[in-house]
Amino acid sequence: MIVFRNDRSGPFTHARNSVRDIMVKVMLALVPATLFDAWLFGWPAIFLFAVTIGGCLVFEAACLRLQGKPIAPALGDGSAVLTGWLLAMSLPPWAPWWIGVLGAMFAIVLAKHLFGGVGQNVFNPAMVARVALLVSFPVPMTAFVPARPLFSAGSPGFLDSLSITFGHGFHLDSMTAASALGTIKTELSRGVPVTQSMAQTPDLIDMLIGIHPGSFGETSAVLILAGGLWLLFRRVISWHIPVALMATLFVLGTLFHAVDPGRFTDGVFQLVSGATFLGAFFIATDYVTSPVSRSGQLVYGFGCGFLTWIIRTFAGYPEGLAFAILLMNALTPLIDRAFRPRTFGRTRTGAPLPLPPRKIP
Amino acid sequence: MKLSRIRGGIHPEYRKERTQDAPIVTLPMPRILCLLLKQHVGSAAEPVVTSGKRVKKGDLLARAHGPVSAPIHAPTSGSIVDIIEQTAPHPSGLPQKAIQLRPDGKDQWGILPAGLEDPFSASPAEIDARVAAAGIVGLGGAAFPSAVKLGLRETHTLDTLILNGAECEPYLTCDDRVMREYAAQVVDGARILAHGLTLSRVVVAIEANKPQAVEAMTRAVAGRTDIVVVTVPVQYPMGSERHLCKAITGRETPAGKLTADIGVVVHNVGTARAVHQAIRFGRPLLSRVITVSGGALVSGHNIDVPLGTLVSDLITWCGGFTDGKVPHRLISGGPMMGHPLPALDVPVIKGTSGILALTRDEINEQPAGPCIRCGTCVSVCPCGLMPLEIAAFIRRDNLDAATRSGVRDCVSCGSCSYICPSHIPLVQYFNYAKGRLNALDRERRKHERLKGLVEARRARMDKLARAKRDAAARARTAPPAAPPMAPPTAETKANA
Repeated sequence: MIVFRNDRSGPFTHARNSVRDIMVKVMLALVPATLFDAWLFGWPAIFLFAVTIGGCLVFEAACLRLQGKPIAPALGDGSAVLTGWLLAMSLPPWAPWWIGVLGAMFAIVLAKHLFGGVGQNVFNPAMVARVALLVSFPVPMTAFVPARPLFSAGSPGFLDSLSITFGHGFHLDSMTAASALGTIKTELSRGVPVTQSMAQTPDLIDMLIGIHPGSFGETSAVLILAGGLWLLFRRVISWHIPVALMATLFVLGTLFHAVDPGRFTDGVFQLVSGATFLGAFFIATDYVTSPVSRSGQLVYGFGCGFLTWIIRTFAGYPEGLAFAILLMNALTPLIDRAFRPRTFGRTRTGAPLPLPPRKIP
Repeated sequence: MKLSRIRGGIHPEYRKERTQDAPIVTLPMPRILCLLLKQHVGSAAEPVVTSGKRVKKGDLLARAHGPVSAPIHAPTSGSIVDIIEQTAPHPSGLPQKAIQLRPDGKDQWGILPAGLEDPFSASPAEIDARVAAAGIVGLGGAAFPSAVKLGLRETHTLDTLILNGAECEPYLTCDDRVMREYAAQVVDGARILAHGLTLSRVVVAIEANKPQAVEAMTRAVAGRTDIVVVTVPVQYPMGSERHLCKAITGRETPAGKLTADIGVVVHNVGTARAVHQAIRFGRPLLSRVITVSGGALVSGHNIDVPLGTLVSDLITWCGGFTDGKVPHRLISGGPMMGHPLPALDVPVIKGTSGILALTRDEINEQPAGPCIRCGTCVSVCPCGLMPLEIAAFIRRDNLDAATRSGVRDCVSCGSCSYICPSHIPLVQYFNYAKGRLNALDRERRKHERLKGLVEARRARMDKLARAKRDAAARARTAPPAAPPMAPPTAETKANA
């Protein structure tokens, strides 16, 4: 007699999706911007990218091994690669190798596995690493270089690049430049109003395309935006977090700029500068560390945008997105508790819906 | 008609094309039938036949037992072999009592009650009685005795009967075919049901992926004002009673209540057809239309199957399994909410809507991974729950938290499990929790009953002891030689 499996309940059909699928789609969305930036900043950027992702994979494997968990399936899901990828995109492209390796350690060991591994971390690993690096090593973490496209005259050769990433680094003084947000902040502290210092920042078109100094991934706004829109289109992410985040930034920027143009940058600048698009579409939307309900996501996106604007405008750091996201990560469990969908047949407070008044026939 | 929006839901691969154009065929009478005594929600029927008895088609084999039950009739003429223990079509694979009938091949009808020429002049109680006597239960899969549902008119103010032809489960096409081929019978049955419920508005709800059924039903109701056909969007689980009711009427059934509490009764289209046959011709429920499908079968069909037919006979008639390979799973019902069958020697019962032999690839069963909190389960849940949170509570066996989080509001539709990228068997968790909670409830009720008994006993004993004490005290205080005609004491006066 044939005996059939009866070891589980339904459903007995399943969508053809997987965690790996999702990770691969996010990486695909990052490819155009990554290629562009690799071209823009040359070999040192490519080396740093490889070192950071490699570091993440090594630390992931080591952590799994220490915990006696199977290594292959967890490495294969692509989450470690994606963490490394996003971290690399948030680093200055010519940073030395040890920045990448330390960052990978912070991200994978500290932020991910100490909290219990994939799905358990409270804070976005890439942002934990970026912030830890920024506060520990402020100089290499803010040493941005002007764009030097591959094979152009100013681009370092392969061997020079090896020495930039793995050797003594480059001569900071001669080559660094400030990011647009950094310029505004520095000038403002010297008493130069925004209206004047804006002239020193790249124009809007350059900001959009990405021909300006900045982190590896924060420069090519248009390509990041395109990748983000593709993720929306493929329904990997929903619109709630990015739209809430960007709308908040834009509205705050526009409002305050109208009040005092000398003190506050405008809304469009808030959107295209720094890591706004990267953060809004790729980092704040991280499943693990963001709320699960749609209403919660709107609140979370608003919080990220609001805190980013506060930090950019009033705090010591020129860019505040990473801090804002980490702060909102900490609030995610609370948001999940407070903002939940209404249960069918119940009121928002959880009581059964009242019965309609009886008609007397 | 303006429809209300239903939250969430999924769009699985429907795979209905395998059988949706296959007309209903009648299964040749199998050599043996096994009629389970419990084919419905409620208590098992009580056999009225013994081994060796010869029966005709339509004869009563077992009578309803208790207020929620249904009788069972002989699907064909033949002789009763015995009352045996037969593996039930239930995941447990446990045996249940069944009447074994050997058909004689003549298919001779017994004496049936005369049909009603004009059911609409009959009293609703008469309709109830006939539906009950015909053994009709909900053929959508729930198998709730239909007569009991008709009785809701006594306790509720009803205004709408929804005829459920949504058939939102993948693979299943039996309701589609019934509507296409027997539209007039379905409509007549629906009108009789409405008459039985003393309401005058009938809405036939059909998902948009069954245009021929919509067309056939629309034609069948042409010219009528009391019954309309409505196309509902293709959105699983549209066929869920509460959700369909919300979509059609805009009314949401409060938690813990019935749709009847908001004036709506929902019946399946197959049930309506069975009611038509019972009322017009006096025919009891003897067979039902089943979709037999799945990638592991040589061919799929919609088959009118005598109740009690063994699944193995159905599979054999469909040509067996492709290349003789055993399917990965054998399912009763649809793939979303159906349950696995442990073996082939289980009989078809009144609630069997489909038999699916599925390959591993069709099921796409993967090992579960960790939850990455993507929140898709939250956005697809038609009940507005947070499946990931409930599952996390259940993993820690924190049933109180799972209850607060709404596990009892879950209808087990399976949308969350279907969509989970980590392939976490969420419904499995929920079913486990519901089972445990029900068991705990039973235990608590038992405990309370026991406590009540113990307290009653203690009160009785105390009273007895008090009475003894009082009697003893009276004996002490009373003079040794009491006068023969002592005046009554205060206590005996009170008792008098």
